[in-house]
Amino acid sequence: MCDTCGCGDPELVSVPVHERILATNERVARHNREHFQDAGVLAVNLMGSPGSGKTAVLEATARAVAGRARIGVLVGDLATDNDAQRARAAGVVAEAITTGSACHLDAEMVHRGLHRLPWRELDYLFIENVGNLVCPAVYDLGEDVNVVALSVTEGEDKPVKYPTMFRKADLVLLTKVDLLPHLPGVQVERIQENLALVMPEPRLLRVSASTGEGIEAWLSWLRGRAAAGALRRTAGTPRGARADEASAGPAAARG
Amino acid sequence: MHEYSIVQAMFDRIEETARAHHARGVRRVSVRIGRGAGVEIALLRTAYETFRAGTLCEAAAIDIEEVPVRWGCPHGHGELRIGMGLSCAECGSPARLISGDEIILDRLELEVA
Repeated sequence: MCDTCGCGDPELVSVPVHERILATNERVARHNREHFQDAGVLAVNLMGSPGSGKTAVLEATARAVAGRARIGVLVGDLATDNDAQRARAAGVVAEAITTGSACHLDAEMVHRGLHRLPWRELDYLFIENVGNLVCPAVYDLGEDVNVVALSVTEGEDKPVKYPTMFRKADLVLLTKVDLLPHLPGVQVERIQENLALVMPEPRLLRVSASTGEGIEAWLSWLRGRAAAGALRRTAGTPRGARADEASAGPAAARG
Repeated sequence: MHEYSIVQAMFDRIEETARAHHARGVRRVSVRIGRGAGVEIALLRTAYETFRAGTLCEAAAIDIEEVPVRWGCPHGHGELRIGMGLSCAECGSPARLISGDEIILDRLELEVA
């Protein structure tokens, strides 16, 4: 570069990019989603604060479906595979994804985790995200549905404090409802009102992993979502395939 | 602190673009971040300042445009008024997000030889 006249100075050009910064994650997520849909697996991204009861809900779910559906779990945690061990003890296949310092799972971590799990044989794959109400909301994993576990002790205003997480939820599980009699200050109506401020279609199910309350309703919601997914697949198959076969559930739809 | 992961992903996209234009460096990075995207602007800025040393962006300032959250009716009844709930006042349909969740690399000012 010349100091006298500036000849050889770099030329500046302004380049429009207009690209989604997380496009790479979204590409891998799309790939995961296609895998799940082709195999007829309903993938559930289960999120929530640390201690909100995600693993306990999965344990209760595993106990309740025993023999009726095949369940697998991928568990994200910063360290330890304790939650995967708990899921295995409840009788389902489970693998841990240890994220190290990462505060969320991304689509690539899930994709690698799938290699260690016989996921194609499942009806439901639960991806238990890292306990965190902020970061996991930003990353698409390729899931079919987003579910947020919110425990009754967390405060009625959690939805408005973490709007991105709750806005993206297809369902909120209000967990530990067996504690409500001991919490006179907690009003479920207030939680519902706050959800309506951030979720256009607020759906809240009350569950208790310890008493089993609401678990059948939760299973029924899952079956409905799996059937809707199967119906979409059938609609894409050649003429002659019957859409109503799908309503019996994902296992039946796969024949 | 996913803002660090976002900045890493952004550097990947910047490098791809810079390579495609045979650029020697980057002078300015412009991004658009929705207020409902789940990204903390101050943390994004800190992450950018922390990681740009030794990259093509070493001398590049960052402009961050914040995009407000807007909801609309999915059946064409227009935008919802703020604070009036998340269903359309005319037809009652659940609202759909129009803007506010974007995490976009908008424009780069590149040094070309």
